[in-house]
Amino acid sequence: MASLSVEKLTKRFGTSLAVDDLDLSVREGELVALLGPSGCGKTTTLRMVAGFLPPTSGRVLFDNEDVTSLPAYKRSTGMVFQSYALFPHMTAAQNVGFGLEMRGLSPPERDSKVEQALKLVRLSHLAHRLPRELSGGQQQRVALARALVINPKLFLLDEPLSNLDAKLRSEVRIEIRALQQRLGLTTLLVTHDREEALTMADRLVVMDGGRVRQIGTPRELYDEPQDAFVADFVGRCNILPGRRENQSHFRTEGGLLLAVDSAANESKDATAFALRPERISISPGAGGQTHGRLEALTYLGAQTEYHVRIDSELFVVVRPTPAAGEPLARIRPQDLVSLQWEPAAARLVPQT
Amino acid sequence: MFVRLMERPQFSRVLLRTGVATAYLIIFAPVLMIVLTSFFSQEIISFPPPALTWHWYVNAWDKPEFLRGFVTSLQVALLAAGVGVPIGTAAALAIVRGGFPGRQAISTLLLAPLAVPGVVAGSGLYMFYVLAENALDRDIKATTEGLVAAHVLLTVPWTVRLVVASLQGLDRTAEEAAGNLGASPFTVFRRITLPMMRPGVVAAAMFSFIQSFENLDLSILLVGPGRITLPVAMLNYLEFRIDPTLAAVATVQILIVGVLMVMTDRFVKLSRVV
Repeated sequence: MASLSVEKLTKRFGTSLAVDDLDLSVREGELVALLGPSGCGKTTTLRMVAGFLPPTSGRVLFDNEDVTSLPAYKRSTGMVFQSYALFPHMTAAQNVGFGLEMRGLSPPERDSKVEQALKLVRLSHLAHRLPRELSGGQQQRVALARALVINPKLFLLDEPLSNLDAKLRSEVRIEIRALQQRLGLTTLLVTHDREEALTMADRLVVMDGGRVRQIGTPRELYDEPQDAFVADFVGRCNILPGRRENQSHFRTEGGLLLAVDSAANESKDATAFALRPERISISPGAGGQTHGRLEALTYLGAQTEYHVRIDSELFVVVRPTPAAGEPLARIRPQDLVSLQWEPAAARLVPQT
Repeated sequence: MFVRLMERPQFSRVLLRTGVATAYLIIFAPVLMIVLTSFFSQEIISFPPPALTWHWYVNAWDKPEFLRGFVTSLQVALLAAGVGVPIGTAAALAIVRGGFPGRQAISTLLLAPLAVPGVVAGSGLYMFYVLAENALDRDIKATTEGLVAAHVLLTVPWTVRLVVASLQGLDRTAEEAAGNLGASPFTVFRRITLPMMRPGVVAAAMFSFIQSFENLDLSILLVGPGRITLPVAMLNYLEFRIDPTLAAVATVQILIVGVLMVMTDRFVKLSRVV
């Protein structure tokens, strides 16, 4: 396994800028996820790392070796495609063996490695099936084995889970992550699914419009987003535009005064208030300083979601569902409720 | 009453099926009639037939022009497909994959022979062959080569059409995956692209063969003594005689083409591309 660095990578398609001056590094054995909405340049970046697309400018380095001008077939990366891209006319075993064949391994060597790789993804019993005779999940595992068997310098995953159903997806997510950690694979993952990114990645790169918005651990991005876009993209968030009133208050555009702790907020360009729904506590009655009317209440099983209107602002609050006897369990839409939060939990961020 | 009936799902389903069955009946009625009359015992076709017989098949077998026509048609169709399919496949690859300007124009040009009536193309070719014969001082019309060259005008467009369609539906990420696994562009083409194209090419070959084998209008002016294709032989026969022998020959031809169609359909859904 190698480490990856991307330096000042730029890709222009005609006049549009798909990737703009991107810097990124993946340490050996680390899983970094590129997260962003479609069209943010994450797949373009991955394709430049794999060598399918020549960058307009910038460099791609594997272990400090410049591979920018190397074609894909000389880069030795193992990629898992969104559509799996299995060879339809080859069996699972032939698919997995293809990369070994290209590396000139003898048939017996090949066979034993293919066997190992298929065992790793628990598909030994289906080695002689054609892709169309396999389920989506099985095809995906063949694609994984095919990418891993060649001992790639870099493991590249392009939305690998998006064609699986929800239940399978969370299973495969854990499986891939376990495999990645056990084998110490240096991995670059592209996804638009924040849950996937948060659960699988050591570090996340949030991208938008071809640029990096923020790089950090899942926790850093969730708790300390640098702007409203990141706050919103990595999880649900109450984002209210406005401006800082004083050291401990923020005034929304609607004129509502909200408690904040400026020590936790160094951003000078603070034009939005960002607060996660689960960081707000809710209680019945108009006792608190910030109170309003409950507009809607959604029971989600373990959690309950409350929509609270305070003046012109709407707050979303998510709390563990209260036990039947608790006062909170009795509130109904149109009731008055009070909201409270740790001032330090609220972030003041630039609006985007 | 009728409106109430229409609202019932079973009724509209029955209506649809009746419509479909009628359409099929109308399409297949002539074919069916040919097959039936080939067994009628009387020379002048009348209904109902007094008896059924194999006689006309025996009669057709005994007429050398039909057997010779069959062999000539087979020869020409195989050669025309053999020449046209590789050319058409290469052209289709260039049209779909190439990065050069004017690909659309080339595509249109290659499909153009399909839009020209066969007789028009045939007479045009006839005149061209006469001119070429004078210039080159050798026979072109009424030779197998001349006929094959004309039929290539059928097989190339059909191949381009079928292979382009199959190339457009081809998953290009499989090729990228092969590159990612270390295959050079040429290896990717040989090991991945070509095998994935195979159904389209096989369909093109079969369809080209059928088109050439059953062609009448393009060939009619270009055949010569001893170089008469089966459809032309049938037309010639019809000029002097009208009896179920022709129906017997047609039935055999329908059978051959039908079997090839069904085989082709197994490779590529013809309804998608034709």
